[in-house]
Amino acid sequence: MKDKALTASKMKKYAARIVVYLFAIAVAVTAFYPFFVMIISATHDNYNIVAKINVLPGNQLAVNYARLTQNIELYRGIFNSVILAVAVTAVQNYFTAMAAYAFSKFEFKGRNVLFGVVMVAMMLPGQLGIIGFYKEIQALNLLNSYFTLIVPTIANCFAVFFYKQYLDGGLPNELLEAAVVDGCGELKIFHRIVIPLMVPALVTQGVMTFIGNWNSYLTPLIVLNDKKKMTLPLMIATVRDSTHADYGAQYVGMLVSVIPMVIVFCFASRIIMEKISIGAAVKG
Amino acid sequence: MNSKKRNKYAYFYITPFFIVFLIFSLFPILYSFVLSFCDMDVLSGKFTFVGMRNYQRLFESGYFFKSIGNTLLIWIMSIIPQLSIAFVLALILSNKWFRGRFLLRNIYYFPNLVTPVTIGLLFGAMFSYPGGAVNNIITMLGLEAVDFQNNQMLARMVIAIAICWKNFGFNIIYFTAGINSISDDVLEAAEVDGASNWQKITRITLPLMRPILIYVLVTSVIGGLQMFDESHLVFKSVPGDATVTMVKYLYDSAFERFQFGYAAAVAYGIFVIIIIASVFSLLVTKEKKDDYGEKKGRKGAGK
Repeated sequence: MKDKALTASKMKKYAARIVVYLFAIAVAVTAFYPFFVMIISATHDNYNIVAKINVLPGNQLAVNYARLTQNIELYRGIFNSVILAVAVTAVQNYFTAMAAYAFSKFEFKGRNVLFGVVMVAMMLPGQLGIIGFYKEIQALNLLNSYFTLIVPTIANCFAVFFYKQYLDGGLPNELLEAAVVDGCGELKIFHRIVIPLMVPALVTQGVMTFIGNWNSYLTPLIVLNDKKKMTLPLMIATVRDSTHADYGAQYVGMLVSVIPMVIVFCFASRIIMEKISIGAAVKG
Repeated sequence: MNSKKRNKYAYFYITPFFIVFLIFSLFPILYSFVLSFCDMDVLSGKFTFVGMRNYQRLFESGYFFKSIGNTLLIWIMSIIPQLSIAFVLALILSNKWFRGRFLLRNIYYFPNLVTPVTIGLLFGAMFSYPGGAVNNIITMLGLEAVDFQNNQMLARMVIAIAICWKNFGFNIIYFTAGINSISDDVLEAAEVDGASNWQKITRITLPLMRPILIYVLVTSVIGGLQMFDESHLVFKSVPGDATVTMVKYLYDSAFERFQFGYAAAVAYGIFVIIIIASVFSLLVTKEKKDDYGEKKGRKGAGK
């Protein structure tokens, strides 16, 4: 009797678990479906893409790719995007770490006011100044240049805030004092002590900067109009216009744009997850 | 003493950041404000002062309010499934008996890394008429193919699905971190007291997750009101401009119609809307807090 009741409740538990698994897997299948369509469609000709549901890969990948690269210099786009994303990641994180170091470890006049400015600026929506930015860049003759896409990114208030939080807790003052007593120069302290101790934070924030920059669309869209300088997202966006209804070529273009992110994700998925979780922990 | 002398170096460290901030962040914002009171001549590029005319047009033309409506509709259609699916999945993945959570979490999260441009094109192609991947499934089921692009609500829905697909995995990770931060002791104590799973979720997990839920809600309001890429890319043109969001309207005003003064006014209009929405969502979520407090107090008194 008792056994029966026990097995019944056990059965109920397992049934509930199976339902839960099915739900989780169903969502995963749905989430993966667009990628599946992208991959499979890239290997079919336009007739097959439009006319039927494709489950197995076809043999038209090379042909689609050839038609795509006829219209678009894909490799130049990838090259441009990599150069830009690396440059932005390096420049932005170096200078924001520098500012965060000053806010964290020095007592100077106006510190609280200036940090207040950073905090307020963090809340401002990115598009607020975009018209003024465009007109200013135009007046300075900086349209169509990578300078415009790299240097202004230094003003990333989120990064300053993040690094300051990290330095407040992660860099002992005694270490800096000892370095000063030993006669270490200021910049040398920053480069030899502060930066190495900030590596975990720099990696986390750096991965986010890299991804954000790789995906950015609006600013490059208004700044760049020279085809030779276009980033990958800009090129992918023009695929539709330049290929009309050539879905095969479009899907290949999308596939190519996703591959770099797959590589980043393979190496940095843990870092990305941690960065998001840190955000949750700070708020929680 | 030594350190006082050192403090002047701080200015050296903050200078690069603040120079760039002044030139490329603060100045453009103030300059935009000035431009919003001006009109630009398309040929000469010269600005002339027109007073409040741009703002008057913003209020009277109706297009701006329409873009607010579009943005809110798309946002609501994406945020409700996005947060509820994410929360349920976060609860599921945090179960100790659940196997394969690492793989599933990565599958859920990956769309978040895909370039928005690619998402735009991908969903445009998948929901194209009559031969898109989704319509192929619909016709296989024996139903009539749906012209998503030429139906205002369906076109908005496709964009909402794209945004939901992109963001729900991010929220799962966020919520999981929140759930993991709840101490096991509290949950064990509840179990000892005979709380069911459902009670544990509604009485412990949800109230303790409040700060995180508020944060996600507020940031998603701010982020959602600024949506542009998907609106710009999924469908080229939708009847009645049904998918033109606020930022898309700003972009079109400036870079398609070259009305830079008016576009600057639109930018400030969007800013005001975002402030209102953030304050509103903070107030709404704050009331909930009092609710929880009261209930808890009443319960305690009853016992």
